[in-house]
Amino acid sequence: MEAYISLFVKAVFVENLALSFFLGMCTFLAVSKKVSTAFGLGVAVIVVLGLSVPVNNVIYHNLLAPGALAWAGFPDADLSFLRFVTFIGVIAALVQILEMTLDKYVPTLYNALGIFLPLITVNCAIFGGVAFMVERDYNFTESVVFGIGSGVGWALAIVALAAVREKLKYADVPDGLRGLGITFISTGLIGLGFMSFSGVSL
Amino acid sequence: MVSAKEIKEVLFGPIFANNPIALQILGICSALAVTSKMENTVVMCIALTLVTAFSNFFISLIRNHIPSNVRIIVQMTIIASLVIVVDEVLRAYAYSIAKELSVFVGLIITNCIVMGRAEAYAMKSPPGMSFLDGIGNGLGYSVVLLVVGFIRELFGSGSLFGYQILQLASEGGWYQPIGLLVLPPSAFFIIGGFIWVLRTYRPEQVEPKD
Repeated sequence: MEAYISLFVKAVFVENLALSFFLGMCTFLAVSKKVSTAFGLGVAVIVVLGLSVPVNNVIYHNLLAPGALAWAGFPDADLSFLRFVTFIGVIAALVQILEMTLDKYVPTLYNALGIFLPLITVNCAIFGGVAFMVERDYNFTESVVFGIGSGVGWALAIVALAAVREKLKYADVPDGLRGLGITFISTGLIGLGFMSFSGVSL
Repeated sequence: MVSAKEIKEVLFGPIFANNPIALQILGICSALAVTSKMENTVVMCIALTLVTAFSNFFISLIRNHIPSNVRIIVQMTIIASLVIVVDEVLRAYAYSIAKELSVFVGLIITNCIVMGRAEAYAMKSPPGMSFLDGIGNGLGYSVVLLVVGFIRELFGSGSLFGYQILQLASEGGWYQPIGLLVLPPSAFFIIGGFIWVLRTYRPEQVEPKD
């Protein structure tokens, strides 16, 4: 149990996907003008990461990893070179299914998340989360914890940046820095703040 | 036949006038973490430029046969296959670099530049021009990355491509390295500064007040 809490804290703060690995930066910078929309996107990312990391974990360990096809009578098969195509396909399919389910059963949530869901397929944070899961060889339970944890971390980061940007509107920024430039620099400062967690381990 | 002027614009426009990173917020995702060393940066730039160029080329070749409602999936498959090729080649010939780049090679798939150019340019233009557009945008991305990588490695650890240029104080030299530049957030400060410099020289890129 302790190991899972530690993994969760690590995924949220120490190895924050957005601030220490720069994942999901495109959407991170583009959709962080208002706290409310940033929050919506953050929730969507938590849900999709929490689903797609475990699902891809199951698929990788049962179909793609070297020797994984032994149950089907191919102990020598190594399909791991197919992993990129498989992962991106699975993520795209999951997002699509999630979109349709939400539309049918929870229309209010669907309307709130609506425009963000399709964007998430090409969000590097999702693919990055899945790739890290394979790289670090997590088992199923670990992948659930890691998926949700890194989603929460990403959501925290984007809400924090959106809050800063809402205040930044009133600041008198030099012409050349206005908009994108100052956003980069504030993201860097938030990143420095998050680095103070780097020694934390439970 | 396409005129030389047009080719020049497609190829060199994205470098300063219409830089994908500085102006369109595309493709910052996967790449910043690889800029702490020049060697990794160069490999990443080459990989991305090739993937963008070839994915543009192939998508443009079949653009008239793709039904528009499944185009994203088709584009994704083409891009992912190209990235697999790049990944396998890197693992075979530059294993140590492939290890250091780890997940970031795979992340080229979700790099918005590749997808963005496929959608915005290759779906509407002939293969030859699309290929050049891919090279051009890859170069625009590379310029930013190389500048960041150069500053971070030279001033952060006093070396370039692993060769010691500035003698470090800890090894009896004179140079006290700036530790901040080795940390990930420094890339943000450098890009912020890069955008500031670029926009000072090209005031038309300054964003309007809201």
